[in-house]
Amino acid sequence: MSSLDPRQELATRLGLASLPPVNFASAAEVRTRLGERDYLSDDAIASAVFLADRLAKPVLVEGPAGTGKTALAQAVANAIGSRLVRLQCYEGLDESKALYEWNYRKQLLRIQAGRPEGESAQSWNDLEEDIFSDQFLLTRPLLEAISATDPVVLLVDEVDRVELETEALLLEILSEYQVSIPELGTIRAKQIPLVFLTSNNTRELSEALKRRCLYLYIGYPDVSRERDIILARVPGISASLAEQIAEVVRSLRTLDLKKAPSVAETLDWARTLVILGREEIAMEDAAGTLHVVLKYQSDIERATRELFSRSANLA
Amino acid sequence: MLSVLAAFVGELRAAGLPVSMTEHLDAAGALGVIDLGDRREVRDALAVTLVKNGDHLPVFDTAFDVFFSIRGFDVPLPDKAADRDELDGAAGDTTGPSVGDGGGASSLSAEELASLLFRALRDSDQSLLVRGARAAVNRYAGFEPGRPVGGTYYLYRTLRSLQLDRLEELLVAERDAPDDLSHRLASDDARARIELLKREVERAIREHLVEDRGTAALAKSVRKPLPEDVDVMHANRDELAQLERALRPLSRKLATRLARRRRRRRRGPVDLRHTVRRSLSTGGVPLDLRFKPPRPAKPEIIVIADVSGSVASFARFTLHLVHAISTQFSKVRSFVFVDGLDEVTEYFDGVDDPAQAVARINAEADVVAFDGHSDYGRALLSFHERFARDVSRRTTVLILGDGRNNYHQAHAEVVADLGRRARHVFWLNPEPVSYWNSGDSIIDQYAPYCERVVECRTLRQLEAFVGGLV
Repeated sequence: MSSLDPRQELATRLGLASLPPVNFASAAEVRTRLGERDYLSDDAIASAVFLADRLAKPVLVEGPAGTGKTALAQAVANAIGSRLVRLQCYEGLDESKALYEWNYRKQLLRIQAGRPEGESAQSWNDLEEDIFSDQFLLTRPLLEAISATDPVVLLVDEVDRVELETEALLLEILSEYQVSIPELGTIRAKQIPLVFLTSNNTRELSEALKRRCLYLYIGYPDVSRERDIILARVPGISASLAEQIAEVVRSLRTLDLKKAPSVAETLDWARTLVILGREEIAMEDAAGTLHVVLKYQSDIERATRELFSRSANLA
Repeated sequence: MLSVLAAFVGELRAAGLPVSMTEHLDAAGALGVIDLGDRREVRDALAVTLVKNGDHLPVFDTAFDVFFSIRGFDVPLPDKAADRDELDGAAGDTTGPSVGDGGGASSLSAEELASLLFRALRDSDQSLLVRGARAAVNRYAGFEPGRPVGGTYYLYRTLRSLQLDRLEELLVAERDAPDDLSHRLASDDARARIELLKREVERAIREHLVEDRGTAALAKSVRKPLPEDVDVMHANRDELAQLERALRPLSRKLATRLARRRRRRRRGPVDLRHTVRRSLSTGGVPLDLRFKPPRPAKPEIIVIADVSGSVASFARFTLHLVHAISTQFSKVRSFVFVDGLDEVTEYFDGVDDPAQAVARINAEADVVAFDGHSDYGRALLSFHERFARDVSRRTTVLILGDGRNNYHQAHAEVVADLGRRARHVFWLNPEPVSYWNSGDSIIDQYAPYCERVVECRTLRQLEAFVGGLV
């Protein structure tokens, strides 16, 4: 259909000597290999990862907190045996924390060390060239991911926390896989990193950012997948308890709660029940352990009233 | 394939999804590397490249079903023969309801069909479920070829005939539920399964319609607006529920955005004292200007909302949104009326979730004084009598309503007086501009005294307006 392979095109643009091999042959392979790492994906997730790899495009992963967005990047890095480079975003993140910074202390030392040998114009030029070279550069995650020679997975976590203006920092990397440093020129990627961005959707990301990424929405899993996740992640749990937990959690999510339980919290709950040595969820346990899944008092009260009180279903 | 893709992208754009050229190219690239025979994979590839917002996925799915309906694809259905055997086993000597022949399934009796669906749901058997849904549609929908409808009518007919309540009871009874908790779990489970059936039925109906009327025509009639573009006044129950869900993240986002904007505007006027003191270190030259911290003028908001039948949901959404960002205002007071007026501010006090307070308003507010038909004149008069002295130059008054006064007196002079006292008076009207002043709408009598009368039909418009208040 398209005569030019996007990976090939990018490799030529970056001037790579050889085309890095694709990591996955098909979406199905993504699924099995993530499964081996105890990350249970579904069709949509597997497709997104496969296409990200095949088209050499970043993936923007969005969804409620605790549904396995960050874990996805970790699992992928794990599955393809790459190093994970992580940039945790926060409000006030800037260039010097995300991209690179000049190690000015070292630069000062270098200048002072060079002083006694006469101050001709020539030596100043040398010095200037010298202090703006690689050895005085502190690489931050983004530059590190770009300049790495071994295969890496870059994870930009919670990208919705940075200000709209800071998002622009990411754009060059996301579309061109390169970083421009005024004093040094452009640094191009030496391999094609897989890039994941996660967002909890607290604000709308800019169109420019979204346009450069593939988009994957990870919602809450359905009962059977959640059960499988519990079985994979919680050692020593019985299948029936896992099933029951998954069902209770689904019912909890249908209630109008302030904070619906996430997969991470479901797992915590499952672990708690296993430690307590329970084979099934009884009413009494609910009151005692519900605070593991629900984080607001009003939610706990509501859930207890709706699900775990004797008269709930008689009305 | 590329032309199908182009048409599909066109349809998505028509439905309001912002699909850019780059995304279109990406989608084409993605189709080049996947297995085009696998419908699921095609769907995922297109979703990943074309949709950039989780809320837009339902709209995408509808469009996808229409454009890439099974019949449109020249791919044989997977193991149709096997399914047929299974069906034959299940339903005696009937032929399976295969895709092409609409008539085949009608020989399945009602009980057989019901038991087939029951088994499909119980065992979570996807392919059996698809067959069952098709059979049900063939049997009950009563298609009338060429009728330009979107399928809701057929859906309703099919679902009614299927007696889903009974099916649900059967499913619940199937699981043994000794105590209350497991009973509740069983019924939630049954409901989720029924939901699956509904979705399959809807899909089967769409397939039928595509065959009947072609892709383009159908796409137009099933096109659903995005949640934020739904006309609040004419939303049906499902849409209202959807709006309700969309509102919470919307108000949260709005609050974050406004708070951020406020924080970023950190410069107030020049602080002379501080600047002069700093200038001492530079020989009295004020190189380094110092600024006073900003004192944001937080407006006071008074909302007066008509909560009579037709505009009630709109009023609810507005109250919800205004209170969700109440930290951005120095004070928010809310009043609701039909023909009597009641203050509901206290309902929002100490409640974390405005939705709860809004629910209480419906139940408790005392808004009917006379006959329960909107009377703007009387309500405004009563507001003026009791609360006019609280309206000051710092107050922004929002009046919500369609201005349909049931031929009562307008008392526009009240609004005029409010306009003199307050900083702004805005009127939000949930009706489209073209309906204003038709019938008993007297919006024009109030309009001259309001700073602006704003048409506010959708959540998007509402959000833009409320965001602009700060």
